[in-house]
Amino acid sequence: MQNKVYHRIEQITGSVIVVKADGVINGELAQVEAAHGMSLAQVIRLENENVYLQVFAGGRGVSTDTKVRFLGRTMQVPFSENLLGRIFTGSGVPRDKGPAITENMIEIGGPSVNPAKRIIPRNMVRTGIPMIDLFNTLVESQKLPIFSVAGEPYNELLAQIALQAEVDVIVLGGMGLKHDDYLFFRDKLDESGALSRSVMFVHTASDPTVECLLVPDIALAVAEKFALQDKRVLVLLTDMTNFADSMKEVAITMEQIPSNRGYPGDLYSQLASRYEKAVDFEGSGSITILAVTTMPGDDVTHPVPDNTGYITEGQFYLKNGRIEPFGSLSRLKQQVNNRTRDDHRAIMDTMIQLYSSFKETLEKQSMGFRMSDWDSKLLKYGERFEAEMMTITVNVPLEKALDNGWRILADCFHPSETGIATKLTDKFWPKG
Amino acid sequence: MSENIGKIVGVNGNLLKVEFNMPVIQNEVAYACVGDLRLKAEVIRVRGNNAELQVFESTTGVKVGDPVEFTGDLLSVELGPGLLTQVFDGLQNPLPALAEQCGFFLQRGTYLKALPRDVKWAYTPALKVGDVVVAGDTIGTIPEGLFAHRVMVPFKLRGKWTVDKAAPAGDYTVEETVAVLKDEKGNTADAKIMQIWPVKMPIKCYAERLRPTESMATKLRTIDTFFPVAKGGTFCVPGPFGAGKTVLQQIMSRNAEVDVVIIAACGERAGEVVETLREFPELTDPRTGKSLMERTIIICNTSSMPVGARGASVYTGVTLAEYYRQMGLHVLLLADSTSRWAQALREMSGRLEEIPGEEAFPAYLESVIAAFYERGGVVRLNNGTTGSVTIGGTVSPAGGNFEEPVTQATLKVVGAFHGLSRSRSDARRYPAIDPLDSWSKYPSVVDQDNVATARKLLRDGNEVGQMMKVVGEEGTSIDNFVVYLKSEYVDATYLQQNAFDEVDSSNSVERQEYVFGKLLGMLKTKLKFASKDDARSFFHKLTQACRDWNSNAFQSAEFKQTEEQMGKMLAEVSDYAE
Ligand SMILES: Nc1ncnc2c1ncn2[C@@H]1O[C@H](COP(=O)(O)OP(=O)(O)O)[C@@H](O)[C@H]1O
Ligand SMILES: [Mg+2]
Repeated sequence: MQNKVYHRIEQITGSVIVVKADGVINGELAQVEAAHGMSLAQVIRLENENVYLQVFAGGRGVSTDTKVRFLGRTMQVPFSENLLGRIFTGSGVPRDKGPAITENMIEIGGPSVNPAKRIIPRNMVRTGIPMIDLFNTLVESQKLPIFSVAGEPYNELLAQIALQAEVDVIVLGGMGLKHDDYLFFRDKLDESGALSRSVMFVHTASDPTVECLLVPDIALAVAEKFALQDKRVLVLLTDMTNFADSMKEVAITMEQIPSNRGYPGDLYSQLASRYEKAVDFEGSGSITILAVTTMPGDDVTHPVPDNTGYITEGQFYLKNGRIEPFGSLSRLKQQVNNRTRDDHRAIMDTMIQLYSSFKETLEKQSMGFRMSDWDSKLLKYGERFEAEMMTITVNVPLEKALDNGWRILADCFHPSETGIATKLTDKFWPKG
Repeated sequence: MSENIGKIVGVNGNLLKVEFNMPVIQNEVAYACVGDLRLKAEVIRVRGNNAELQVFESTTGVKVGDPVEFTGDLLSVELGPGLLTQVFDGLQNPLPALAEQCGFFLQRGTYLKALPRDVKWAYTPALKVGDVVVAGDTIGTIPEGLFAHRVMVPFKLRGKWTVDKAAPAGDYTVEETVAVLKDEKGNTADAKIMQIWPVKMPIKCYAERLRPTESMATKLRTIDTFFPVAKGGTFCVPGPFGAGKTVLQQIMSRNAEVDVVIIAACGERAGEVVETLREFPELTDPRTGKSLMERTIIICNTSSMPVGARGASVYTGVTLAEYYRQMGLHVLLLADSTSRWAQALREMSGRLEEIPGEEAFPAYLESVIAAFYERGGVVRLNNGTTGSVTIGGTVSPAGGNFEEPVTQATLKVVGAFHGLSRSRSDARRYPAIDPLDSWSKYPSVVDQDNVATARKLLRDGNEVGQMMKVVGEEGTSIDNFVVYLKSEYVDATYLQQNAFDEVDSSNSVERQEYVFGKLLGMLKTKLKFASKDDARSFFHKLTQACRDWNSNAFQSAEFKQTEEQMGKMLAEVSDYAE
C-alpha cells in the first residue's frame, strides 16, 4: 500500500479533486503534484473506488493527469520546544527563515477530553482592563472570542491581553490575516520579549483558502501538547469568521445543502470541536483560547457569531474602541469573582444596571423630554462610567477599579438609590 | 460475534454506506471494524442491498472494503441498580470508568458496560412461586442509595405470567436471574435484575396516563408563582445565547422537588456539566439530607463529543427517566439543548441528501420533537401508585429568533413556555424569563386570581413604560406613574431572584405564598405621593429593603424585622382616604 501514485483525475471542482484509488483511508493525506508545484491534500470522502481529496493549495493549476501520491497517514504537525520563537504557514511550512521541523510528529484534531476528567476553572487571568477584570473576568482555560467589526482594534486588544496575561506559551493561529496584521503580531511579541515563548501558525489573506481550515487544528494540537507538559498556554485565533467562510466555500463546492446563509449544517459542531479544546488539565497545564470573530454588518445574529456565542464561554463585544457592557459576557466570572473581594459582584451588577438605566435616560433626552432629578443623576453617572470604566487603554488592578467604582457611585447617588445591600454600602461607601 | 457481516462501500463524514447480504434491521446497531477498533454505528436507512449507517465516532481511518458487523439489536440501554450518581455519555458509557481506563482523552471504539458486573446487590424478593404477574410488576427490591430500587418483570413481556421459580433473598449481580416466569402456553422467561431496553421505545407498563395537575416546585418565584411546571408536565426554555438557559436548568436540577433528576447535557459546553459533576457530591439535598448526587444521573454528550451520539443522549436520558418512573418515583429530565439534537438530525439528513425543510431541518423534525416530549407524563402504575417524568428542554434558536423551526415545533407540544429575553439578561434581570410572553397551562403554587392581578399590573406597568417613551414622564399622570413603579417593584423584588444568594436562590412554596401575599397587599394599596420624584425615591428605598428581606431566612428574626420596617415605610405613604 506504500505510496501508490495515481495520475488520472476524474473530477476537479473548486479545491476538491476526485481520483479512483483503493486502500485509501478516510482523512489520509496525499501529495498532489500540479504544474505550479506540490501541494498537500486530504481525503474527505470515499465512494466506492472514488476518492475525494481537498487540495490545500486549491484546485487551480491541477490538470487531469496531475500526480497524486497517497502518504498512508493523516495530517500531523511536529511538536518540540524548537517550535518556540518560530513562524509557520497554515500547513506547517516555515514562514520565517528557520529550518523545517520534522521531529516528533503528532496527530491533529485529536479526541476530546473526557468531561469526567475536567475540573472547575478557578484562576482569574488578570488583564488590567476594568471592563474585563471587574465586569467580565477572564478565567484560565476559558474560551472567549472578541466580537467586532472590521476596522475595530481587535487585534490590538488581543495582543494587549496576551502580553498582560501571565502565561507560559502563546500560540497564535492566524486565519486570513492581513499581512500588516501578521507583522503587527510578530513585532508586538518581539518587542515585549514574548516571541521566544510563542509559536505562530499564520495563514494570510493571500494564501490558499483550504490552508486556513488547518490553522485552528494545528495550533490547538500544539497547544495541547504544551499544556500536557504543565504549561499554561494561551491560544489566539484570529479571525474565526475567515475559518468559517473557508468551510462554507468547501461545503458549497461539495454541494452540501446549506443550513443558514450558505453555511453548512455542521458549522456549530465544527466550531465547537475547536473551542472545546480549551481545558485545565488536573495536575498539569491549561489551554485558554481567545479568538476574534468579526461580525459581517455588525450583526450578532449572523451565523458565525451566533453559533460562536452558543459555544464559547462568553464574548467581549468591542465597539467604537470600547468593550461594550451589553453583549459582553464572561460565563466563568462567577467561578472566581466570589474570591476576589466582597464587593466585586455587587459593584459588577449594580454599575451595569445603572448604566442600563442611563441608556434609557439618554433615549428620553434625545426625545426632548424633561429630565428629572433622577435622570440628571443617571446622566452624570453614565458619562463617568464610560470615561473611567469602559476605556481599554488603561492598566489598573481590579482592586483599584472597584474603589473607583464606589467613588463614581458616591459622587452620583445616595446609597439606597443603588439597590446595593446595606451591609455592603456600610462597609464600602466612601465617607465624606 | 455476529454472523452478519457487511462491507463498507462509502464514507462521508460520519455516514457509512455498507453493502450487506443477510437481512438487516432499521435502527439496529452495527460495528465498523477498523483494524482492532470497533466503531459503534446505527442503521438509519436501507436501500437495495446498501445500508446507511450513522457512526457514533470519528470515521478517520475507515476505508472502503472494511467489514461491518450487524448485531441485530436496536440501540438500547441497561436498566438496573447503579444508575444513580453515574455519569454516562450519550451511549451510556460510564465516563469516570472510561477515564480510569483511558486517561484525559476519550478513546474511540472503547465501550464499557453501563452497569458494573462485579457488584453484588442485596436483593429481597417480593414474590413467591405461583404469583401471577405482568410486565413492570415488582419481583423484588434492592436498596439503591435513597430508594428501594424495584427489580421488575421484564417490560418486553406480553400478557400474564406465573412465577415458576423465585430466588431467595441474597446478594446478586445484575446479570443473575431472580425469577423464572411461565405463561399459559408453557413458555418460560428469565427475569434478571438488569433489563435491556431500546431507547427509542417508550416504556408503557402502567395502568393509565393521568393529567399533570400537581405542581413541581422549582423554588424559583417566577416559575412556581407565574409560570409553573407540573409533575409529569413538559416545558421549554428558549433563549438567545447568554440569556441564562443553562443557569436556569442548573438551579432547577438542584432545587426541584422530585425524587430523581436526570441531566442530559446534549451538545453544549463540557465545562457546564463539570460544574454539576463536581459540585453535586458536595451539596446537601435539604429534602433527604444526603448529597445531591444521590438523586442524580448525568448523561453527557457535549459539543465536541461525537455528533451521532448527541441525539442518542436525549433518548438515553428519557429511557432512564421512564425506568425510575416505573418504581413510582417522580423524575425530572432536563435536556440542554434540544436544538443541538435537532442540528444533529439536520447534519445527518443533509448527508442522506433528504429534501430539506425550513432552515435545512428535515421535514420530520416536528414529529420527532413531539414524540420525545410525549414521553413525559404522570402515570398510575399497575400497583396503584403514581410516578412521573417531567421534561424540560432548552432551545437555542439561531439568532435568538423564536420563529425558527425548533422553537416553533417545541412550543406546539409543551405545557409551559419560559421564554428568556435578551433585553432582560442585558439589564441583568435574572432569571431573564420574559413575564409578558411566557405562559403555562399548569396551576400556580399560589392563588390563581392573585397571579392574574399581578400579571395585569405587570402588563399595565409595561404599557405605561412604553407610553412614557413617547410622551415622557411629564406627560404621564402620577397614578399611571405609580403603576409603572409598582410593576418595576414586582420585577425587582419578586421576578428577579439572586441565584448566588444562599437564601434568595431557593424559595419554598410556603415562603412564596407568604411573600406573594404581602406583595399583593402592597399592589392593592393606594399610595399617595407629593411628586413623581417622591414616588420614585420611595420605591427605591422599598426595593432595597425588600431585597434585604429576600436574603433573610424565612421567619427569622431579621426577616420579621425587615418586614416590619417595610410595613412602616408603606404605612407612611398609604392613602386611606378612599
Ligand atoms: N439567574 C442568574 N443569576 C445571575 N447570573 C445569571 C443568571 N442566569 C444567567 N446568568 C449569567 O449569564 C451567563 C450566561 O448564562 P447561561 O445560562 O450560560 O446562558 P445560556 O445557557 O442561555 O447561553 C451566566 O454565566 C451568568 O453569568
Ligand atoms: Mg447554555
